[in-house]
Amino acid sequence: MNENNNLLVRLKDCGIQKSSKWIVKGISLEIHKGKIVTLIGPNGSGKTTTAKMALNILKSDEGSIENYSTKMAYVPQKISIDWTMPLRVIDFMNLTSHINKDEIIEALELTGVQHLIYNEIHNLSGGEFQRVLIARAIAKKPDLLVLDEPVQGVDFNGEIALYNLIKEICTKLNCGILLISHDLHFVMSATDHVICLNGHICCSGSPKSIVKNSSYIELFGEHNAATLSLYQHEHDHSHQTDGSVKN
Amino acid sequence: MFDDFFIRALVAGVGIAIVAGPLGCLVIWRRLSYFGDTLSHSALLGVTLAYSFSLNIAFSVFVISAVVALLLVSLQKRTKLAGDSLLGLLAHSTLAIGLVLIGFLSFIRFDLMGLLFGDILAVTTADIGLVWIGGSIILIILYFIWKSLFSATVNYDLSAAEGMRPEVSNFIFTLLLAGVIALSIKMIGALLITGLLLIPAAIARNISNSPRQMIVIAILSGILSVVVGLFASLEINTSSGPSIIVVALILFIISLVPLEIKGQLQKR
Repeated sequence: MNENNNLLVRLKDCGIQKSSKWIVKGISLEIHKGKIVTLIGPNGSGKTTTAKMALNILKSDEGSIENYSTKMAYVPQKISIDWTMPLRVIDFMNLTSHINKDEIIEALELTGVQHLIYNEIHNLSGGEFQRVLIARAIAKKPDLLVLDEPVQGVDFNGEIALYNLIKEICTKLNCGILLISHDLHFVMSATDHVICLNGHICCSGSPKSIVKNSSYIELFGEHNAATLSLYQHEHDHSHQTDGSVKN
Repeated sequence: MFDDFFIRALVAGVGIAIVAGPLGCLVIWRRLSYFGDTLSHSALLGVTLAYSFSLNIAFSVFVISAVVALLLVSLQKRTKLAGDSLLGLLAHSTLAIGLVLIGFLSFIRFDLMGLLFGDILAVTTADIGLVWIGGSIILIILYFIWKSLFSATVNYDLSAAEGMRPEVSNFIFTLLLAGVIALSIKMIGALLITGLLLIPAAIARNISNSPRQMIVIAILSGILSVVVGLFASLEINTSSGPSIIVVALILFIISLVPLEIKGQLQKR
């Protein structure tokens, strides 16, 4: 099938053109099983567009995309369910594949919303709905999980718990994750590969190498970059997923 | 058994209501009511062409509706006009072409009212066969594309990302919509078909809380509208299409009552 059994998606020099303007150009990236790749960058830098290319929603206008994933799950950035549809959480969980009820409850428990299983989707708050979206993606047991700002609207404590959950899922299901996030702390501390986007790939590499990169500093400002590199360098210990220090 | 025109009308009408139920729900969920309208306006052109070239009416209506649907997609890509403007453009120009052509067909005795508002007297045994066979085909196809269609209705990107191929099911859905209009034009009439798609589904929306429940209730209220509407049409000698739609409207008003009661209870 493919030369590397862990490879899920490979984008080679991909780009999307809309009315003769390139939205993103020259995007190359690889997603492997058990690894988290994050996309960071300012608004309009093409993060969502890049994710959609990896998911085969958008066709690249240049370069090539190889996709070896057999089961993809997606947590889109903005999703509004039409109020004209009576849709309960349990119906939504079964949207693209049939999942048995125990597994649905299990996944909803992981994101802390199992009590909402029979509620109508349009009665949920933004944060609750976001948790349902993540639960649905997890319940599918995908080999490639694409999360576009998955914790938006989630309360502060929930945000940390959900990020930890994402990290945990990655190991447990051995799935590849493509994450779009504005939370630089999480990105720098928990992901394997960071890609800095601004219409093209400004820089990419391990979190450690990226905070020293001049184009990263230019993109995120001296102050942020300094804070985060301090964050990286000040710590000589590593954390477990619950935040305790690893011995 | 099918000797009586009234029995024929009932059997055909019930068949249409069963097919219109699930399709009507999709039309409501996808906010396509104006699209349904456009297809049914263009149906008149289809009927005119059928008379001109002595084709089967349902076949010709289906072809014209499908062509209009495809035109819409290509115009959406080429122009900067919004979807509703393009729908209006197609609806009224096809309606106008149809009416102009009717003028040329003065040698044929033409029941324009029957075309616009439906005529139960016109339902033949062959029509019943067409409705039930055609309707079964539509429902079987709908069953197979349901998961894809439904997930794309909730969220297109999600459906596409997770391998549901929504572009294919969307296209097929358009053809199915053209199909149900073709089947029901004789009974309900070109101007009122969208009503039979929409109103039963709207009734169902008021009193259901899951997609499946909404479909079942839409079918049942569609059948009830057809049966009561046809009896009324026979009793007081009105056109069949409008009578069915008026009954559906009355059912809709009744379906608001549980909503009101629920609202009052919540206020307390």
